[in-house]
Amino acid sequence: MNRHLLSIHDVSAVDIVRILDTAESFREVGTRVIKKVPALRGRTIVNLFYENSTRTRISFELAAKRLSADVINFTTSGTSVSKGESLKDTALTLQAMGADAIVIRHSSSGAPFTLTKWVKGSVLNAGDGTHEHPTQALLDMYTMRERLGKIEGLRVAIVGDVLHSRVARSLSFGLVKMGAEVTLVGPPTLIPPEAPSWGVQVSYDIDGVLPKLDVCYMLRVQRERQRQQYFPSVREYSRLFGLTNARVGMLPEGSLIMHPGPMNRGVEIDSDVADLPQSVIEEQVTNGIAVRMSLLYLLLGGTGVEEASADV
Amino acid sequence: MSERRIVFRAVRIVDPASGRDETTDVAIEAQRITAVGPDAMTAGASVVDADGLVLGPGLVDMHTHLREPGFEHKETVETGTRAAAAGGFTAVAPMANTDPVADNAAVIHEVRDLAATAGLCDVFPVGAITRGLAGEEMAELGEMVEAGVRLFSDDGRCVPDARVLRNALTYAKAFEDVVLAEHCEDAALAESGQMHEGLHSYSLGLAGQPREAEEVIVARDLAIARLTGGRLHLCHLSSAGSIEMVRRAKAEGLRVTAEVTPHHLVFSDEDLITYDTNFKVNPPLRSPEDREALRTAVVDGTIDAVATDHAPHAVEEKEAEFDRSPPGTIGLETALAAILTHLVEPGRISLSRAVEAMSVRPARILGAAEHGGPLEPGRPANLVVFDPSAEWTVEAPFVSRSRNSAFLGSKLRGRVLYTMLRGDLVVADGKPQR
Repeated sequence: MNRHLLSIHDVSAVDIVRILDTAESFREVGTRVIKKVPALRGRTIVNLFYENSTRTRISFELAAKRLSADVINFTTSGTSVSKGESLKDTALTLQAMGADAIVIRHSSSGAPFTLTKWVKGSVLNAGDGTHEHPTQALLDMYTMRERLGKIEGLRVAIVGDVLHSRVARSLSFGLVKMGAEVTLVGPPTLIPPEAPSWGVQVSYDIDGVLPKLDVCYMLRVQRERQRQQYFPSVREYSRLFGLTNARVGMLPEGSLIMHPGPMNRGVEIDSDVADLPQSVIEEQVTNGIAVRMSLLYLLLGGTGVEEASADV
Repeated sequence: MSERRIVFRAVRIVDPASGRDETTDVAIEAQRITAVGPDAMTAGASVVDADGLVLGPGLVDMHTHLREPGFEHKETVETGTRAAAAGGFTAVAPMANTDPVADNAAVIHEVRDLAATAGLCDVFPVGAITRGLAGEEMAELGEMVEAGVRLFSDDGRCVPDARVLRNALTYAKAFEDVVLAEHCEDAALAESGQMHEGLHSYSLGLAGQPREAEEVIVARDLAIARLTGGRLHLCHLSSAGSIEMVRRAKAEGLRVTAEVTPHHLVFSDEDLITYDTNFKVNPPLRSPEDREALRTAVVDGTIDAVATDHAPHAVEEKEAEFDRSPPGTIGLETALAAILTHLVEPGRISLSRAVEAMSVRPARILGAAEHGGPLEPGRPANLVVFDPSAEWTVEAPFVSRSRNSAFLGSKLRGRVLYTMLRGDLVVADGKPQR
């Protein structure tokens, strides 16, 4: 594996299987009374979050702590960054403090790439602008494989604001790499015109797509996109592209409903739909910790897996 | 120093203005060319054995940012003209987006005085079309014409209001040889665009700027040029569609000229995949197909001039997140080698065409009568001498105060050895002499 995880392109199909298999062995740790293994004892992991994201930060923090690493949360409000410190100087500071890995969330696409120029440790992209969110894609693929037994050949629709979604990018690239059939669905204004070159299908008609799916993956739609005139109103968006109570019955039996969170109940997904048994949104969150443990473990070259999963 | 007599012996003189391309001797004395020919040896002259070297009219850059006044941490008139001289330029046209804006004669005089003090390269300051570059009210063009300005531009943006541009193009007809230059970019279509919109912008997650943001303004401006009969120049064209429109406009007989930068001729949006901010420029680097159309336009003359759009920025400004970094690359020190390596070497254009696009044509558009040749006895000795086969790798530091070069790490062929400004060797053996 590469030293960094900047994009889902940094991992091969073989790497992905290895990451998911390793996550499998770490998942059990989360069910123990003492949820901790010594795999990364003495290693320092910095969560460098330039954007508020409680769930992703907590997930990474828990993952690192369950591996016994020392975790530093570096958020940008009330710190040197809010005093105008540049990404470079923050990076050099963290480097000087001996960070073994930096988990970065940033509103600028490519910021994790830029960071690698100045640090020696591993850089993990926890979401950069409208570029990628590779750990989310990996935990989503983990969830699909766990529930449906495989990834190859799965028919997956990713529905919503693909244009601005880092989750949609990473997940599309990852699923295509693993041999799934991906269809992007949304208003034409929110689907990149070049998307077919990613190896995916495009549809503007959710009703035509739903009956053929194994996974219906709903993206969060930000209300500000309406102000930017990508669609006329939230009401119309919901009517045309929302996973509504009326529409959910079109999904085949045994198919999954997924969402990266946080949800806009009543906009892209009806509240009752989100709470259906086939909706695995909370499992995604749980699996996220195991997948991030796996990534930190593999990137930081922890000790053998059996030893790693041994009790503290 | 300018009183020295110098002879370049056995040099290949490439002088498109006279049509001369031959190997001979060139003698210079008291600021002027005194003889061109095999018998040009002068008693008491220093002789430069220039076997294998090329001598041409000094290069002329009609699109430069010298940043002074106002942004001296990026570049000054002195450091910028030294970089220009190092790159073989004897004349540059600094754009008006300084602070204060060059929208009045006082700033024009200030910039020209700073350049005269440095004495490294002639400057032909570009005046703003509108006051404060705000796009609303015409600046006092006449006052600036009296101060010597021939080229006006709101570079950095276009004149957004078609009526203002119409009136400016019409009003400027009162002055002989005055040219209005447009940076063609529709603000709404280009808004927040970080790179060319296409395959790569979508997968990199960077907001795209479609080529149509340029093309709609090119189309509008050509229509207004037709309406007014005004003299229009289009800056740093980047898209194949723009080229096609200019080609048709020229065939129709509109008074229009156009320029392209070396970086748009060499790089494409594929170069942005590592988020290297040195490739963030405006207009953005477009697809390889657009780049090919630009090269063809240099070959067939649709593009008149190669201009650097030398845009220095401080290290800390460029070493930032991609969407927070200002657009621009420096270009004065790499322009000639870039054109030699990527257009002359592969046989797309002749050396003479390269010199024409980098000296003769821009000198004519700027009204820089002492530049661009012809290289004949009695003419001012504004010259460049370069080794067309010398290979080098572009590395910092630069002569420019900044080092935001898209060419960093590139291997180029062609190195400037001497730049002469009115008989004065401002660059000798490849090094600025002051």
